[in-house]
Amino acid sequence: MAYFLQQLINGLSLGAIFGLIAIGYTMVYGIIGMINFAHGDIFMVGGFIAIIAFMVLGLLGITWVPLALLVMLAVAVAFTALYGWALERVAYRPLRNSGRLAPLISAIGMSIFLQNYVQLLQGARNKALGTPPISGGITLMDSAGFSVQLSYMQIIIIVSTVLLMAGFTYLINTTTLGRNQRACEQDMRMARLLGVDVDRTIALTFVMGASLAAVAGMVWLLYYGIIDFYVGFLAGIKAFTAAVLGGIGSLPGAMLGGLLIGLIEVFWSAYFSAEYKDVAAFGILVLVLVFRPTGLLGKPEVEKV
Amino acid sequence: MQKAVAAEAGARLEGGWAEMLRDAASVAAVSIALAIPLVGFHLIDHLSTTQVEFRFGQLFYAVAVIFLGRLGLLLIGAGWARPIASFTSALSLAWLVNSAASAVPVAYPALGWFTFLLAATLAVRGWHTFYRDTAGAAAKARQAGLGAMVSRAAVHLTPFLVLVAVSVPFYAVMADDKRAVDLGILIFTYIMLGWGLNVVVGLAGLLDLGYVAFYAVGAYCYAIVSIELGLSFWESLPLAGALAATFGVLLGFPVLRLRGDYLAIVTLGFGEIIRIILLNWNELSNGPKGIGNIPRPGFFGIAFTASPPEGSIAFHEYFGLDYSPMHRQIFLYYIILVLAMVTNWFTLRIRKLPIGRAWEALREDETACRALGINPTNTKLTAFAIGAMFGGFAGAFFATRQGFISPESFNFLESAIILAIVVLGGMGSQIGVVIAAIVLIGGPEWFRDLELYRMLAFGALMVAIMIWRPQGLLAHRDPTIRLGVAGRGGTP
Repeated sequence: MAYFLQQLINGLSLGAIFGLIAIGYTMVYGIIGMINFAHGDIFMVGGFIAIIAFMVLGLLGITWVPLALLVMLAVAVAFTALYGWALERVAYRPLRNSGRLAPLISAIGMSIFLQNYVQLLQGARNKALGTPPISGGITLMDSAGFSVQLSYMQIIIIVSTVLLMAGFTYLINTTTLGRNQRACEQDMRMARLLGVDVDRTIALTFVMGASLAAVAGMVWLLYYGIIDFYVGFLAGIKAFTAAVLGGIGSLPGAMLGGLLIGLIEVFWSAYFSAEYKDVAAFGILVLVLVFRPTGLLGKPEVEKV
Repeated sequence: MQKAVAAEAGARLEGGWAEMLRDAASVAAVSIALAIPLVGFHLIDHLSTTQVEFRFGQLFYAVAVIFLGRLGLLLIGAGWARPIASFTSALSLAWLVNSAASAVPVAYPALGWFTFLLAATLAVRGWHTFYRDTAGAAAKARQAGLGAMVSRAAVHLTPFLVLVAVSVPFYAVMADDKRAVDLGILIFTYIMLGWGLNVVVGLAGLLDLGYVAFYAVGAYCYAIVSIELGLSFWESLPLAGALAATFGVLLGFPVLRLRGDYLAIVTLGFGEIIRIILLNWNELSNGPKGIGNIPRPGFFGIAFTASPPEGSIAFHEYFGLDYSPMHRQIFLYYIILVLAMVTNWFTLRIRKLPIGRAWEALREDETACRALGINPTNTKLTAFAIGAMFGGFAGAFFATRQGFISPESFNFLESAIILAIVVLGGMGSQIGVVIAAIVLIGGPEWFRDLELYRMLAFGALMVAIMIWRPQGLLAHRDPTIRLGVAGRGGTP
């Protein structure tokens, strides 16, 4: 029981991170119907910017943890959002009207580019944070020599994810920007006719997705204390799986899918085999796409001729 | 004509300077902001702690180059195509000569290549604009069909190219250049993989991101069959192809009814699943350690060894030559040449059969095909299986050439390289694949320090090609009639 509870906590924390990344996939897919293959790498860039900000703060002598974390967050979100914006501007906007495969290939190219860009600039080896700024936790339960730990980091992950989700739901449902986004999602041409600045709305969607990915990247860095240039590939695929599982295009679906993928991965490693945990994620992706392409909360897509 | 162009350009320049400078400055500002965190700071791991160092000099150099590049691009648009193009051509040529001859040492080759790339892009763009503005309508029409032109030329060039390919080993023997044969084998392996994937991506329009899985299946099949059962290369080759094709059908059957982009992600997933299984199933694949001592092919039963086992005779003894490890390399070179040629011939023939026509029709419009009674799943499945079969052949060849295989040779990056070859060459264009493979695989071998930036350039090129010529550099399959508004990316 204690072991199960511990895995549940670990799975939820991991799943929350996947959910944050998955929102970026799902929002972009919802609005322009393309898989932003480079989103996982945007997440990785966010993590790298966070660790660089952390190191520079250390050099400047800012060591008070809450301030350092806030500055780190602001820097990571701002610069990663800019990366998201530039990504859309350079690689996707020129291809908006040209079928399905061209933007996907462009996105794959961008993903390869970003990975190698970071690898060349920062080196291929793992970058470690050193002493973690947030450590310790609460012991929830102690039974038969196995204590269930809920670390402060896990609390931060879950609380910040809940806050971000609440904020984004508010943003999408009530603000003008959110309304524009939903309008573009339904009918881009009609939205344009009614005076919605479509280009700006799409660009802002990328910026929002990238900001969440930056938060996820920073949280990932603080949680594992380590990051490398390749981390975005697997995390991106898993988050995409989460978005598909939850129903691509649906915001709560992305979160739900993220939590499920996190739980499945953690429980699979805990009870079956850690070596095949990635197979579990890929297997779920295949199964969902084959048997229920609309996901758990998605709307069925009508094919128009 | 010239005069009119110049006058028009002058008019466009009037008062345009401030605007152009502002545009270039804003591009530079964005690139500064993008570059500050990742270019300006460098994380170095020093005795298990991470430290940070500054690189602002390089950052500002890069941004200055971007500023000038953007300005140059705007000037080309404003009618200064010729001077800008001449200058950038000279600049990029100088850099190429310098780095090929290593005449002047460069402190930061990365920045050098970066400058070169921008200059070369500007040069191409500049000359293109210059000729477009000055040439007549007939020339314009000719220019539009670069892909068609290359394909027409390819018909006459093919015998010549084949002759060159056949004679590489003769050159290698005469010049005693072992590298030429090795490089030839490498390039032809990728050409074959490219042609195989071209069936799936180029003809049938199915984006397969896990092609390397079939390559792996072929390689492992050959390794296991030849070691455990003692079959020769030629006996195992059909087995490897058949097994890979079977995998193609098995994997393809459930997923081929998915839409294009979902299919791509699922094939990526399959590719990774196969790699992870090979990595962990120790009894079958020997795990991450890989399989070594894979039998090398013999010349119709005659081994290529310096000291043949008792009672048999080696290749050099049989033909009365001195022993040279190059014999085997040359033999391998001809094997892959033949395999690649068979792939090419097969593809060219099947394109003319109903099934090949159906692939291309399906690529263009699946709904229409379904309405015309083509079974999309079966048609796609054949394309998938045939592509997989060629991947399996190439894999078996890879295993016998290396003598050692491990799962690490079959990661996503390899799939991406093969895809890049197909995409850049022009999806569906056979000669395009050859050119792309020579440039993308041979280029980094030639300029050694390019090896580092190879994948970076692949990524950037994939994006650039999709934006400028979404059909690929040399493809020419523009539909005769286009319905609706063609997007910006749709017109070459």
